[in-house]
Amino acid sequence: MRAERRWGWLLAAPAILGFLIFTIGPMIASLFFSLTDWQIGAPARFIGLGNYHQLAHDPLFWKSLNVTTYYTLGVVPLTLLVGFVVAMLVNQGVRGRGLWRTIYYLPTLVPAVASSVLWIWIFNPDFGLLNSMLRQAGLPTSSWIYGEQSAVPSLILMSTWGFGNAMVIFLAGLQGVPRQLYEAVAIDGGGTWARFRHVTLPFMTPTIFYNLVTGTIGTFQVFNQAYIMTQGGPNNATEFYIYYLYTKAFTDSEIGYASALAWVLFVIVLVITVLLFRNARRWVYYEMGAAR
Amino acid sequence: MIREGSLVRRTAVWILLAAGGLIMVTPFAWLVRSAFMDDNQIFVSPPQWIPRPFAWANFSGALSSQPFARYFLNTMIIEVLVVTGTVLTCALAAFSFSRLRWRGRNLIFGLLLTGVMLPYAVTLIPTFVMWGSVGALDTFIPLTVPAWFAGAGGGVFNIFLFRQFFLTIPYELDEAAYIDGATPWKVFWAVIMPLSKPVVVVVVIFTFIGVWNDFLGPLLYLTSDSKFTLALGLAGFQSTYTAQWGFLMAASLVVILPIILIFFVLQRYFVEGVTLTGVKG
Repeated sequence: MRAERRWGWLLAAPAILGFLIFTIGPMIASLFFSLTDWQIGAPARFIGLGNYHQLAHDPLFWKSLNVTTYYTLGVVPLTLLVGFVVAMLVNQGVRGRGLWRTIYYLPTLVPAVASSVLWIWIFNPDFGLLNSMLRQAGLPTSSWIYGEQSAVPSLILMSTWGFGNAMVIFLAGLQGVPRQLYEAVAIDGGGTWARFRHVTLPFMTPTIFYNLVTGTIGTFQVFNQAYIMTQGGPNNATEFYIYYLYTKAFTDSEIGYASALAWVLFVIVLVITVLLFRNARRWVYYEMGAAR
Repeated sequence: MIREGSLVRRTAVWILLAAGGLIMVTPFAWLVRSAFMDDNQIFVSPPQWIPRPFAWANFSGALSSQPFARYFLNTMIIEVLVVTGTVLTCALAAFSFSRLRWRGRNLIFGLLLTGVMLPYAVTLIPTFVMWGSVGALDTFIPLTVPAWFAGAGGGVFNIFLFRQFFLTIPYELDEAAYIDGATPWKVFWAVIMPLSKPVVVVVVIFTFIGVWNDFLGPLLYLTSDSKFTLALGLAGFQSTYTAQWGFLMAASLVVILPIILIFFVLQRYFVEGVTLTGVKG
C-alpha cells in the first residue's frame, strides 16, 4: 500500500507540477505584477492599488468591457438558439443525418486565422460576397467590419456561423432523453408541443446550461478576430477585452497595468460563473440519482 | 431516432436543413471559387461561381511567396511534441486518479478541475515573463514543454476524459496483473492503455486541432520567420498581400484542408468524443 501511494504521486506528478508551474504560480505572480508599475526593461515599482484606480478612470477599459459584453450577449444566445433548433431538426430521423451533422459542424474546425482571412474577404465592401449579393437583390449594402456601428454585429454574424460545437453537444444531449416518456405524453393525448415542452426541454436543461457556461466564458475571451480582422477598430468599435490587454502588455509593455486588466477579467468571469450556477438551481433539471 | 411523423413533416424538415446547409456551405464555396480565380474574374460583378479557367497559379504563387513548407514542418514538429506529451502525461495522471489509491487523491483532482474555468489571460503575462527570463523566447519550448506537464490549462479536460474512460474498465484486470507481480507502470502501459484506444484517439484529435488552430501562442512566442507555424504564417501573409484575394484564399484553403480531411477520415471518433465528455450532469 505504501508503494501504491508512492506510485500514485509519481504518476500524477507531471499534472500536479504543471498545475503549480503553469496555473497557480502565474496566477499569484499576476496578482503581484498588478500591484506594480512595471514597464519591460525598467525595474518594477510597487504602487499598491494604483493600477486598479487608474483602470476605473480609463475610458478604453470601459469601452472594451462594453464591446465585449455586447459581443457576448449577441453570440451566446444566437449560437445556443440556432444550435438547439438545428440539433432538433437533425434529430428528427431525416435522411442523411451524418451528412447534415458534418455540414453544420465543419465551420468550427476552420482555424481562426483562416476563417478571419476568409471573412475579411466576405465582408469586403466593394467585392465581398455579402455586398455583392445585397446589390444583386437591390438592397442597401453595409460597410460590415469597416463601419463603427456594424463592426460588432458583423463579427457576431461570423461567430454564429460556428454554432456547430453547441449543436453537436445538444445532439449528444438529445440521445439521453428517455423515449418512453414521449409515449407517456402521447397516451395522455399530448401533441408535438407537449412532448417538447414537458419532456425534451426539461431533459435538455443540463446540456443547455453546459453550453451556456462554456459558451459565455469562451466568448468573453475573444481575441483573434480583433487582432487579424479589425485591429480593434474602427474607432475602437471592436476593442475586445483581451485585445486591449494584449496591446497593453505586448505593444505598450505595461506589464503591471495589463496584469491588473487580467485580474479584473478573472473576477468578472468568476462572478458570471457563480451567478450562472446560482441561477441554474431554478431551471436546470437533474434526474434523481444523477444529481451529485 | 423518431421515425413516426408524416411524409410532409419529414420533407419540411429536410428542406429546412438543406436551406440552412446551403448558408453554411456558401462561405466555403466563396473561398474555393476565389482560390481558383485570377484577378480578371474574381472582381466581376455580379459574382461568378465557376472559375474559368482554373487559376492554379494562385497556389504556386502563394506557396512560393512565403516558406509555407517550412511553416508546415514547424507546425508538425510542435504537433508531435505536444500530442505525445499531452496523451502520455494526461493518461498517467488519469490512471493515478482513477486506479491507484492514495490520500488526497480526490482533493487534488478537484483542485486541478477548477483550472478549466480559469481565463487564459490571467496566466498569459507571467508565463511569458517566465519564459523570457529563462531565455526561451523565439523557441518551440514555451509551446511544447507545458504539454509534458499534462498540457496545463486545457490539459485538465483531457485528464477528465481519460479518467471517465478508465473508470469503465473492470478493476479485476489490474488485480490479476498485480498478483503476477506487475508494477503500476506495467499495468498502465500493458493493461489499461491497450484497452483505451477510443479515448486516446479522441484526445489526439482534439489536441492536434488545438495546436493546428492555435494563433495567440505562436504569435507571442515566435518572432523569427523561420520558426513560424502555418497559422502565424497565414496571418503574416494576410497583412502583406492585403488585396491579393486569389493568393490569400489559396493559402487559406491549404491551411484549412488538412483539418477537414482529418475530420472526414476520423468522423466517427469526433462524435464518440462528444458523447464521452458526458455532458449530462
